[in-house]
Amino acid sequence: MAIHHGRGFACINYPIGMNLGGDPSQALVHSTPDGKFKVTLSSIDLGQGIKSVGRQLAAETLGVPVEDVFVDTADSDTGPHDMGSFASRGTHRMGNAIIRAATEARAQLLEAAAEELEVDASDLVTDGRGNIHVRGAPSRSISVETTATAAQFNQGRTLAGRGIFLVPLSEVDSDTGEMTPVSSFAHAALIIDLTVDDETGEVEVQNINSAYEVGRALNPRLVEQQLIGGAWMGVSHALYETTEPYYPDRSHGPIDFNHYLQPGPGDTVPHHISVLERPAPDAPFGGKGPGEMCANPVLPAIANAVFNAVGVECDSLPITPEKVLRGIRANGGARPQGRPGA
Amino acid sequence: MNAEYRKDLFADERSDDFDIIGKPVIRQDILGHVTGRSKFYDDHAFDGLLHMRCVRSPHHHARIRSVDSSTAERQDGVVRVLGARDVPVNTNTLLSLINFGRDDEPLLATDKVSYVGQPVLAIVATSVRAAQEAVDAVNVDYEELPHVLDVEEALKPEAPIVNDEYPNNTFDYFDTYDHQKLRFGDVETAFSRADHIVEGEYQMSPIEQAPIETCGAIAAPETNDRITVHTSTQALFFSVGVTAKQLDISSARLHFIGGTVGGGFGGKVDSHHEPLAALACLATGRPVKYMWDRAEEMQVGGPRGGERWRIKDGVMRDGRIIARAFTGFFDAGAYTRLSSYAVQKSTGHLPGPYSIPNVASNVYCVFTNRTPSTAMRGFGITAADFAIERHMDKVARAVGMDPIELRILNAYRDGDMKAHRREAKNCALIESCQAVAQKTGWSLSSDAVRASSKTGGGEGALGVIPATVTDDEGRIGERRRSGLAPEPFSGQGSRGLLPEGHSSNNSSAFGNAPQRKDMEAEVERLGFKGATGVPATLQEPADETTSGARSIVPRETAQTTHPAGARGGPSLPAAYTQRPASTINQPIAQPPARAPSTPAAQQPVTPPAADETESETATTHFQRGVRRPGVSRFISGSRRR
Repeated sequence: MAIHHGRGFACINYPIGMNLGGDPSQALVHSTPDGKFKVTLSSIDLGQGIKSVGRQLAAETLGVPVEDVFVDTADSDTGPHDMGSFASRGTHRMGNAIIRAATEARAQLLEAAAEELEVDASDLVTDGRGNIHVRGAPSRSISVETTATAAQFNQGRTLAGRGIFLVPLSEVDSDTGEMTPVSSFAHAALIIDLTVDDETGEVEVQNINSAYEVGRALNPRLVEQQLIGGAWMGVSHALYETTEPYYPDRSHGPIDFNHYLQPGPGDTVPHHISVLERPAPDAPFGGKGPGEMCANPVLPAIANAVFNAVGVECDSLPITPEKVLRGIRANGGARPQGRPGA
Repeated sequence: MNAEYRKDLFADERSDDFDIIGKPVIRQDILGHVTGRSKFYDDHAFDGLLHMRCVRSPHHHARIRSVDSSTAERQDGVVRVLGARDVPVNTNTLLSLINFGRDDEPLLATDKVSYVGQPVLAIVATSVRAAQEAVDAVNVDYEELPHVLDVEEALKPEAPIVNDEYPNNTFDYFDTYDHQKLRFGDVETAFSRADHIVEGEYQMSPIEQAPIETCGAIAAPETNDRITVHTSTQALFFSVGVTAKQLDISSARLHFIGGTVGGGFGGKVDSHHEPLAALACLATGRPVKYMWDRAEEMQVGGPRGGERWRIKDGVMRDGRIIARAFTGFFDAGAYTRLSSYAVQKSTGHLPGPYSIPNVASNVYCVFTNRTPSTAMRGFGITAADFAIERHMDKVARAVGMDPIELRILNAYRDGDMKAHRREAKNCALIESCQAVAQKTGWSLSSDAVRASSKTGGGEGALGVIPATVTDDEGRIGERRRSGLAPEPFSGQGSRGLLPEGHSSNNSSAFGNAPQRKDMEAEVERLGFKGATGVPATLQEPADETTSGARSIVPRETAQTTHPAGARGGPSLPAAYTQRPASTINQPIAQPPARAPSTPAAQQPVTPPAADETESETATTHFQRGVRRPGVSRFISGSRRR
């Protein structure tokens, strides 16, 4: 009886945005009289961070400090239509809508500033710190706050923008399956190191090494949060979770977390992430949604590592100790495969 | 936990000069979350709040002979008992909001129940306990019916009918087939000349989304005859639309508030709580909360459904996969919800991130007598990827190849033709493989280390839509009559042959143009540079010194000639080379002649001209019989087929 080490690999790609398109998102941006910007959406923040990413996208596009932007979501009386927070579409679809809305608001901001400075709006740039100045002449400047006040009380001008982003609906061919599913794909490759106890069948993940290609990490901390949590979710799915342990039999379904197993926070393992960024042409600043894809490579990588450790094909999820042990017994013992890539 | 940012990769396509983008800005909502101040739907307090619990089916499948709630109605605290007859439009399907599929699911059961836990009555009372005690006092007389729980059992002629709207136990695609087809090339011929055939079957059981906050909604009377609904929905306007439809009222009377949600992972898109809570609010004139407990969340709430996948690969000795066939089953449970959509999403994903010149799949949305399944993180993709990546390791063993080398050899690259008949672009699978191999000391051959997503794509047979064998097998109802096997090309149906380059539609993957010029961001402010603006379909110059370009042999000779194996040279040091940025700006070579003409130049954000694709073979346009009783005033999408 022994503990066997195993190493497994898997790589995947993931479609960004609702399959086949046809899923619009709208955003509204407006300024208060003192130059603070409100972004009004109907997106849902489930913890993934659309409020925060939306705020960054709006601030960067407007050219104002992020502290001066606030995202309000979701109230159907004030927020315009959005299809929802699913299908890795929030950042891609709503992000593009926010950029458009913020771009229109920025154009009006620069026009208002141009009127105050008596220059051409096309000569103006923002410094990202709350000021607008003539390109190449920082001393000829006006603050965003002064501009907004002037726009509201002197010029009678709104500093507001609207944006909508829609990928037109694609048809699906009934006989060939031809379709335009999505416009960009995120990518991942991952190596799992684990141990298998050939006496108990227990699998213990030791280490995760991953490379995730996300287009652009719009907020690195939010990306890491998604990738760490998502990989953890993949471990849980691979080894523990099911609502129907004897699927397709319906019996013994768990109804609480005593019986629906998941690793706890203390069970997380070292995870070294490499983030790659190949910006997608029609994504906001090139960013693809990292949230959905990150669990997917973990499942097969764990199964491949279990095979590497003891030579048992685990083709049915979750990979319970019972399945591993039965596989080892059917093989007449553990059959370690040797370290791959050595 | 730590992360490295490989800024060296794709640096020629990216500018990183931003004030805020790419910066670790603190979350706008985090202080509220960690101090307990953020308001989730259940944090809204109302005087006189009523609570709802449901009478649920104890059977997998049963006819309802009668329902007696008279005792329950007299119990203390019970305010109202709601049944199917109280719901103005009781039958709905979630995707009716995009006109996909037929209304097939009752909000409250009418004459039969089709899964354990299906709601029959909704009881509104002054406390959760009073509501639950009333639920326990309801007497439903059931006549049990035969049930089916396995997706392939459900396809058999003798299987009981789960869902009367789809009497063949499969969702109807295009009013024609009982499955979604993918046909690309000629898998049967390719299998016959492959050196190895590798087959496998893969199964994923249902799992729970497991949000910390269980699904629910509170509906309260507002002024002006309106209803305010605080909800945990992941899709605010989906829930508005479903509620307006099922209550048969104008969406102007609905004020939905949400947006701060305690985790969803796909499990909060079904919009079942809002219509019931709003209905009870209308019926009682009081605020009503309908919230699942954990047991309901786990067994009544739609899980990620079970999926079964079979893969058959034809592989050459050098590791090149020349044909791949899939048979996939999505276990929808008793009603459609979103499984019909997931079938098409997975079909568009096949054969995974690999360029395989012959691909076929049959994917089924199957009805069984279990909790209807719904979306979850990776919806439509997770189980397929599990199957594909398990299978890739088996293929690697069959040909005696390193598993990462096998992936890189077969990886899709910019310019390759994908099985759904669109060109691959913005690929980065190879670089992801290389990055993780490098840092773990997994040694790769020099060819694999030098490979690039940007070079070698679209060469030879992998750059074109191949002549494709089609079939008309699996017409609606045929399988139940004949016992036809589910695999592609398993029956005697008539075959057709579509010519090389055939394309039946020209839908664009790119977003709509900005409505007005001043909504169009300046491209240089969005961080794109270098090759990103180059038309995706144009080839980079053929660079004879570039290693790692695949040696693709023309289709005709592939039977006898095998390209050199990827393994061979000694392993390079861990670092691998990137193409210098300067090569990106070399003159653009003309694309090779290929049947569909290529899109016009694509700029970021600005949509390109649509593909001009051949449509010499008119596709049959099928009418979808969308049933629309009390159709929503809030149709939010266009017609989907």
